[in-house]
Parts: sequence; structure tokens; C-alpha cells
Amino acid sequence: MNAVTPIRTPAEQALIGAFGALRDAGPAAAALESLRVDGFARFEATGLPHRRVEAWKYTDLRTMMREAKPLAGAPDASALLAAKVAVGRLPRVGGSRIVLIDGHHAPDLADGGPLPEGVSVSGLAEALVRRPELQALLAGQPATRENTAFALNNAFLTDGLLIEIAPGTAVSHALDLVFLTSDGAAKLTNARVVVIVGAGATAGLVETHLGPAGTDYQKNVVVQAIIRDGARLEHGRRQLEGSEALHLSTLEAEIGAEAHFDTLTLTSGAAVARNQLFVRFSGENARATLRGVSLLKGRQHADTTLVMDHAVPNCESRETFKHVLDGEAHGVFQGKIIVQPIAQKTDGRMMSQTIMLAEGPAMDNKPELEIFADDVACAHGCTCGELDEDLMFYLKARGIPSQEAEALLVEAFAREAIEDFGDEGLGEAVEELRAALLASVTDWMLART
Amino acid sequence: MSLLKIKNLTAKLADEDKQILNGLNLTVEKGQVAAIMGPNGSGKSTLSYVLAGREDYEVTGGEALLDGENILELAADERAAKGLFLAFQYPIEIPGVGQMTFLKAAINAQRKKNGLDEISTPEFIKLVNGKAKELGISPDMLKRSVNVGFSGGEKKRNEILQMALLQPKVAILDETDSGLDIDALKIVADGVNAMRSPDRSFVVITHYQRLLDYIKPDVVHVLSGGRIITTGGPELALELEAKGYADIVGKAA
Ligand SMILES: Nc1ncnc2c1ncn2[C@@H]1O[C@H](COP(=O)(O)OP(=O)(O)OP(=O)(O)O)[C@@H](O)[C@H]1O
Ligand SMILES: [Mg+2]
Repeated sequence: MNAVTPIRTPAEQALIGAFGALRDAGPAAAALESLRVDGFARFEATGLPHRRVEAWKYTDLRTMMREAKPLAGAPDASALLAAKVAVGRLPRVGGSRIVLIDGHHAPDLADGGPLPEGVSVSGLAEALVRRPELQALLAGQPATRENTAFALNNAFLTDGLLIEIAPGTAVSHALDLVFLTSDGAAKLTNARVVVIVGAGATAGLVETHLGPAGTDYQKNVVVQAIIRDGARLEHGRRQLEGSEALHLSTLEAEIGAEAHFDTLTLTSGAAVARNQLFVRFSGENARATLRGVSLLKGRQHADTTLVMDHAVPNCESRETFKHVLDGEAHGVFQGKIIVQPIAQKTDGRMMSQTIMLAEGPAMDNKPELEIFADDVACAHGCTCGELDEDLMFYLKARGIPSQEAEALLVEAFAREAIEDFGDEGLGEAVEELRAALLASVTDWMLART
Repeated sequence: MSLLKIKNLTAKLADEDKQILNGLNLTVEKGQVAAIMGPNGSGKSTLSYVLAGREDYEVTGGEALLDGENILELAADERAAKGLFLAFQYPIEIPGVGQMTFLKAAINAQRKKNGLDEISTPEFIKLVNGKAKELGISPDMLKRSVNVGFSGGEKKRNEILQMALLQPKVAILDETDSGLDIDALKIVADGVNAMRSPDRSFVVITHYQRLLDYIKPDVVHVLSGGRIITTGGPELALELEAKGYADIVGKAA
């Protein structure tokens, strides 16, 4: 047999080069080293995924990521100073703010008072030395491990954050986690955060992603959440990246018995975004609610790809995704619910709905149910359409101008995904977040033209 | 001085070759209440939609002057801003848009066009609660989405609430009486009568004389086949109630 030598794109060559440079720069801790080598080997074997790879059918990363930017180093003093200003302008949602600049923890930019009791934040590399058992977690679930964005994140793993909520703690304000890409030449940021919510604990976490407009920087972020038995995590995410950015995001969650995970992503930034969710139930009687609202205009491309793995019986999942498309934007929703043979009494319901605000956009929906158990209730649905003309006329007949009428209807559409987010647990902080998310939908609508 | 003057108006369905209004002439004087009656399917609602600017219809000829200005080229929201109000025959539900949000948006849109600042929240709440109470609209209904879960009669009352808040120059009420119980009919009529003024005109579309007992019209028009075929005083409504349309429509044909 002939060995096939793949032709490498410039981006792939750059990524291979960057890995070599990182290796040459000095040895990492042993635990990091093996994760990196494994991640790199997986990337090297496949290269960047393209449209003939089923999971990337609608997001041809090989074409969309023409070049790989140089890996971002730790921010220098002037970058930190500029970042402080940029982060300062962003209203806080929730309580304590934790800031990462170019993927590097910037403790000096923390805000909102000391961390709540029972919450600890530490460096991942350092934690890994103390607790080698974290390595298995970082290696990812089987489905995640096969994913190229995830593999690349491991290949370039130098550090990250470990956020732990002690068992039984009820954190009353969400943690406000900001990922900022600094100004200057475009770079590739590799960011990693692990969140462990101890048994019976309740916590909230809001990620905000932002960076300079007009710079084609790249970000590959992985967040892994372990929600232990009886715990609850409310996870919000605002993706407000700069207009030219490439944003790759992977959220992996493992949900214990009687635990509850609720995640909501608002996507309105980046030129190209891929939002991946790999969620797995590992204990019975747990619930997961996965939601998203995408607001896309111009030539933006945003892909939400999720795998909801019902690996145990008696769990309930809800997947609700809303897309609002304008200009010539391209939206993608790929949702897969897997019901393993033992997962009887699974209840899963997935819905993807799109509103087209113009003739130009395109939406690809690929819902899949892989059901291997017989006593389950699973369903999925998709809708796609324009704003209802009769509703528009009613609003306009009351003097409300077109653009405002559209904003009211789109806000109502988005609200269905947002309104019951975190209805118990976090009280005011979640209320604020919901209001902020709805306001950003309205702002987006009014700023559209 | 006429507040609404319609001259030789013809209109068809926008995406079909179906002509509905066939050279309609109608003048409504300032301060007047004009009733429009006419058989089902004669074009009454179409007239109201064409005036309000619904895009399902295409005007093929004629003009409609609101306070002297032709409004047929304006978008629906601009016509509303100029003081035209349509109380819909079938008000629709808008899930997810809160009633208060909607009312505030409507009031503020109007204020903005008149160069005024947005209404303050306390002032707005006081205003809405006051009018709602007069119209028998419960606080619970104000908390819901627009018209969602409202009974037929409640939807009609909600239309009148909007009219009362927007204080239009010309209000067209399309079968606002249908679906109302006897008490509600009286409440709605009182609401309209309270707004009668020398500067405001009403076009009241109805099938029944009873509404006209409460809202006394100055003039009654009969619309048939897309045209006004007869005009008379309040006694014309009584005559129609007694004899039906056959005679009049027959004579006009
Ligand atoms: N959007 C539409 N599509 C198809 N036909 C229409 C449409 N609008 C009106 N028509 C037709 O035009 C004619 C006039 O309708 P319109 O609703 O104006 O009558 P109307 O006088 O209000 O009747 P009613 O007393 O029953 O309310 C009818 O034949 C109706 O079927
Ligand atoms: Mg009608």
C-alpha cells in the first residue's frame, strides 16, 4: 500500500509549525505533554476538516480558515492596560468577574469583589500537577476527542483555568468570565476552562467573548463542565467577537444524577463561528436545557453543532435554537440526540427555528435522532420563514415604524429561548442576564441598517 | 371641511386579478360620524385596509385625502402617524409581544413623530390604567401578550383602548360591535362617544342598527359592489334593518 501524503494547506502547515515551536520552546509538565502530543497526532492525521467530513459538512474549515495566525503569547504590560479599559467598558453580569486576555488568566483585571465562598479559581497546569486525575477529564469524552477543534485545543494547551464550586455551595451571583482578544496583529488564541460543580452545589457562569473589530483574529476555546450529582449549573454565553474574527467554541458537559445543566448562547459576533456542544448524561433523572439565539447579518456564518448523549435512563433534554438571518448570512444547525440502548424513559425534544429578514440568507438544518432504546419520547422540528406580514401590518397600523415592529417580533421570537433560562436558583443575576440578552437582540435589530 | 375624502378609488388584490373597490367616492366631514353598511363581501373591510395601508391590496386608481393630504403613497405607520386609526374586524394575537410594551411603542412612535420626548413610565402606566378601567379591561389582560387569550369581545375592547390612547383624527371601526355582549357594546359605545369632538371623525362599519342606537351617526352610507351606492340620514339604517339590501342594491344595479 502506498502511504498517502496529504497536501497541507498553508493554515495546516502553520499549525504544524506552531506545534513544533511550542515543543522546542521547552518541556511542558508531563501531564500536559501527553495531552498535547495526543491532540496534535489527531489533528495531524486528519488536517482541518472540510465539507466531505460529515460533522463539518456546512462549515468547511479548511476553506474558511485560510491561514493560521501565530499563537498568542501572554499579554504584555501595555496590552494589559488597554485590555483593562476595554473590559471596564463591558457592564458586568452577575458577581465576580474573571478575565482572560488572549487565553491567559489576568488576575489583575478581576473585578466585582472577592470570589464567593466555596468558589475557587486556579491555574490548570498547576492543578494538573497536584491532581493527575484531571488528565482524563482534559482528554475529553470519546465524541469530543474525535473533534478537530478540540484536538487542536489540546495540541496547544499551555495553561487554562480550573473553576471549582465546592459541594453543597449555593452561589448567589453568576461568575462573569470575560475572554478578550487584545488589539494589535491578528493572533490565534487557545483558551481552556474547566468548571467542576460539586455535588448538590448551584452556580452560574456567564462567558463573554469579545475582541477588536476589523481584525481577523482567531480563537479556539474549550469549556468543560462537570456537574456532579444533584448540582445545577446555569451557563450563559455571549459571543460578541469582532466582525472579522474566526470563533471556534466547544462546550463539553457531563451531567450527574439528578443534576441540571442549562446553557444559552447568544451569537452575534465573528465572521465565522462554530459553536459545538457535546453534552452527556452520566446519572439518572437529570435535565439538560440547551439553547441558543443567533443573530447574523452581512456575510456572517455561524454553525451550531450539538450532540446530546442520553447515556443513562430517565433523563430529560430540551434543545431550543433560534436563528435570525439578514443580509447574506449563513446559519447552520446540526443537532443530534443519541439515546443509548439502556437509556429507557428518555425524553428529548429538539427545535430549530429561523426567521429570514431578507431574501439573501441561507439556513441549513440537520436534525438527527439516533435512538437505540424502545421506551422513549423524542422529537425534533424545524421551522423557517419570514416575519408574519399580518403581525407586521397590525403593529405598523398603530404607528410603529417597520424596523421597530420587526424588532418587537424578533425579540418575541428570541424570548422563547431566553425567558425561562435559569428560572430557579440564581435569582437576580439571571434576571439581569435575561434582560441583557433580550436588550442585545433589540439593539441588534435596531442597528441592522 | 372634510377630514377624509375618497375620490374614485379602485383597488384590487395585490397578487390576483380581483378588483374589489370599483370607483368609490366618500366624504367624511370634520366632526362627523359616518356609518357604512353593506352586504357581506361588498368591500367594507377592504376599504378600511386600503386606507390603513395594507400591502395585500393594490390601489389602481383614485385618491384618498386625509385632512387634505393624499395618503395612498404612505406606509401604514406613516398614515397612523398622520392620525388615521383602524379598529380591526379581526384583531390578531401577537404572542411574545407584551401588551404594555406594544402600547408604549405605539404611543412613543406617535410622540417621536410629533417631536415629543418618550412618555415616562409612571405617566404611561397611569394613562393606560385609567383608560383600561373605563373600558372594563382587567389589569391581568394588560400583563399578557397582545390579544393572546383574549375573548372575541375583549379583543374588540382592546382596539378601542388603543384608539383612546392614540387619539386619532379619523377612526375607522370595522364591525367593532360584532362579538360584543350587550354590556360591552354599551361600554365601547361610551368610549367612542367620549371621543367625539368637532375635530375628529369616525367611520363606523356595521351590520346592525343597534350599534347606531348608541353611536348616533350623522350620515349612513351603503357600500355594495365596491362602491357607495346610497347615502342618507340615520333613518336609512332603520330602513335597511327592516327591508334588507335587496331593494337598494337592485335599484343601484
Ligand atoms: N386578501 C384577500 N384574498 C382574497 N379575497 C379577498 C381578500 N380580501 C378581500 N377579498 C374578497 O374581496 C371581497 C370583499 O371583502 P371584504 O372583506 O372587504 O368584505 P366586507 O364588506 O368587509 O364583508 P363582511 O361584511 O363579511 O365583513 C370578498 O369577496 C372577499 O372574499
Ligand atoms: Mg368586513
